[in-house]
Order: sequence, then structure tokens, then C-alpha cells
Amino acid sequence: MSERLDNQSPELFGQTPWQTVGPFFHYGLPWKGGADLVSASELGARAELFPAEHYLLHVAQARGPVKGRVIELHGRVLDAKGQPVPDAMIEIWQANAAGRFVRDEGDSFLGFGRSSTSREGEYRFRTIFPGRVQEQAPHIAVSVFGRGLIKRLVTRVYFAGEASNEGDAILALVPEARRGTLIAAKDDHGYRFDVELAGDRETVFFDL
Amino acid sequence: MARTMTRTTTTADEAPPHAPEDAGQPPSLFPPYRSTVDRSPRQPLIEIPQTLTERTGPAENLMGPARADLTTQHAGVPIGQRIVVSGRVLDEQRRPVASTVMEIWQANAAGRYIHVADQWNAPIDPNFTGAGLVVTDAEGRYQYTTIRPGAYPWGNHENAWRPAHIHLSLLGPAFATRLVTQMYFPDDPLIEIDPIAGAVPEPYRQRMVARFDIATTRASFALGYLFDVVLRGHAATPFEDRHE
Ligand SMILES: [Fe+3]
Repeated sequence: MSERLDNQSPELFGQTPWQTVGPFFHYGLPWKGGADLVSASELGARAELFPAEHYLLHVAQARGPVKGRVIELHGRVLDAKGQPVPDAMIEIWQANAAGRFVRDEGDSFLGFGRSSTSREGEYRFRTIFPGRVQEQAPHIAVSVFGRGLIKRLVTRVYFAGEASNEGDAILALVPEARRGTLIAAKDDHGYRFDVELAGDRETVFFDL
Repeated sequence: MARTMTRTTTTADEAPPHAPEDAGQPPSLFPPYRSTVDRSPRQPLIEIPQTLTERTGPAENLMGPARADLTTQHAGVPIGQRIVVSGRVLDEQRRPVASTVMEIWQANAAGRYIHVADQWNAPIDPNFTGAGLVVTDAEGRYQYTTIRPGAYPWGNHENAWRPAHIHLSLLGPAFATRLVTQMYFPDDPLIEIDPIAGAVPEPYRQRMVARFDIATTRASFALGYLFDVVLRGHAATPFEDRHE
């Protein structure tokens, strides 16, 4: 009888492959408050998608003071036909106001957040405007997950009106005609950044 | 020891980059999985170097305390075959990934998710949610107890059925090491005709198939399965070996 290869086969050792989050991740991943990096609201979860007695996820607790300018980062996830994607999830990772990725003395900000999209494909984070990381322009790293996304897509949010965008080494790798897809527009709430998975104004996605 | 101290305080500035994707990763566009057609980019990805942003990640658990037993979350005992899943989270150099969060979600024994969008006519189990969370120990080990999930039909094509699977989400030490995957069960004939598992070329697909293990199996309690997760490892010389 021949041994079938599996997870424990030494000859197969290597990166575990990506698989989609599928459409049913809401009771497993996006917790209440996961999209609020500043205070303790319920932003980020979609608890209406399953019975209340099955909400077993974390609920954000009150946190200490956070330094920096509070902004809202929001937008829509759209498919190749321009239709909203209601079963996607966005994660962000960003520096604090001082351009650092750890909790600093007197600043309880830590730049990881998670938001599910709404029925209209909208996500929303409450966070702070990130400081410059080394020589880079202010930016937020973004992962996009969803049904139909076998592996995550990686992009970055930059901010309209930032002079330092001109000298940013990562933006410089993006053809000028597509650079605009990475620049969030200022609006009444903060910044708007749409993620277009495919199509005429397809967002630039990165290979790390 | 002094090295370790230095490393702890300067990790954020010195974290090495992580290896690129290997040949076992699926493409974004895989037409047999129909939803990828309108949801995958057509332009090539733009390759970027990993900056501090990609080489760092949250060093603390933001998702709350562990929930390692999915069979004791409600008043009664869930229906189905009780199982224990155990394994390690490693990097590509086989080093343990300690203190990392693994989130778990799955269907119940009948293949039904506790989710309004799951309208399949299989019973909901009031005693089973199917959501868990474990944190790896210093050796990268984890273990959780759950119910073996059932296969379920989906609308991808005529008579399409997902093989039984458990969804897993891991952060790892950096933005670059993020992983979401699915664990499958040995001897499931649906794996080889499933377009989602099938997006991963052979033989790498078998990396997602757990192994039944009698040593992990607990007498008069639960069947045991082994499943290791391998995250992207460091691409360059580890910090410990560099000059300061
Ligand atoms: Fe599933």
C-alpha cells in the first residue's frame, strides 16, 4: 500500500497554501471594535449575520490615550463590473503618529485593524493619521480578503495632498498612470479609498 | 542573552524581510472557482521590496483570550464526531512561530454554517458555533477540540460540494507572513474535484490535508489529527547574525 502525501510528509515541507476566507467568516474573524483603533466602539463586525448567542468573538475594551490626528478611512470594495462586494474583509497595518509600529510610552495606539464590508461593499476604520516610516510618505498597508479571493490582495493607502508622496520609493515603482489608485481622497469624514479588484480603474496590488 | 535583549528592543527597525511566495501558492484567477473571475486583478502585481511596514506586525494578541474547545461553548454537547487537532506553526527554516494567533471557523457536523447567508437545508446545531482561537506556545504548538465538519453543497457548478474543511487564519510575526488557509481531512474524495483546493497545484495541495494520528487520538474521547502550518520564513540573514 503506497503512502499518500499529506501535511506531515517531510518531502512536501514548505509554505502552507492560501485558501479563500469564503462567504461565512463573519462569526469567526471581524470582532466588535476591530475597525476602531482609537476608542472602544463596535466598528468592524457584522453581528447581524448570525444569532446573538453565537457571537463568541472578542469585544474591544476601553484603551488608553492615543496620540495623533484621528481620521476615518473608508471606502468600497468593487468587483470587475463595478458591483459592491458585500462579503469582503479589509485589514490594515500602519505606524503610529511617530512613525513607529510598537506601542510607545504614553501612546496606546497599535496600528492593526479589521473591518468587514457592508451590504453595499463599504468598510470603515477609525484610526490616526500615520507618521512617516523612515523616508516613506505616510501610508497604511492593506490586505483584502473575501469570497472569490483565493489569496489576499495587498495594497497601500497614501494620502492626497501629502508633499512627501513625490519622493516615496514604493509609489515610484508604480506607473504614473496608475498611481492615483493608491491615493485616498480627503472628504468630510477623513479619507476615502475605494478598492477596485479589477476593471478600468483597477487598484494597484503588490507582490511582496 | 544580551543579543536577545537588543533584539527585543530593536525588532521593529531590524526585522528581516520574509521569503517570497513558493510554487505551492494558488493563482488569484482560477476560473473553475467562478467567483474569482470578477474578483481578481487583471494587471500584473507590482513587486515591491519589504519595508519596515511589511516586516512588522502586531506583537500582541488583539483578538482576545483563547477559545480552544469548540465543543463546550453552549449549554449542551454538539452533535458529531469529536476531534482534536494538534500541530505546530513553523517558518520555512522550521523555526517555531511562538505566541501567534490562529483563528478557526467551520461548519457543523451536517455541513451547515451558523450564518444567515448559509441557506442550505441541513440542520443548525444550537450547541455549536464553530468559532475558535488558539495562541501558539514557545515551541509553536497549538491544539484545539472541535467537531468534524460535514461537506456542503455550493453554487459554483452543477452538483458542487466542498470537501469537509476547517478555515484557519494566522497573523504570524509580520504583515508579510499573513496566511488564511483551509485544513482538509484524509481520504476525502471531494478534495480532488474541488475547485478551491484545486487552485493549488499538486503535490502542494496535499500540504492542506491533515493526518490521522492514533497518538493524538484520546481514548474514549476524540479522534486526533495532526496539522502543521508553515508561514513564509525570513528571506535574508537573521538579525542575530548581522553586525550592529
Ligand atoms: Fe467553508
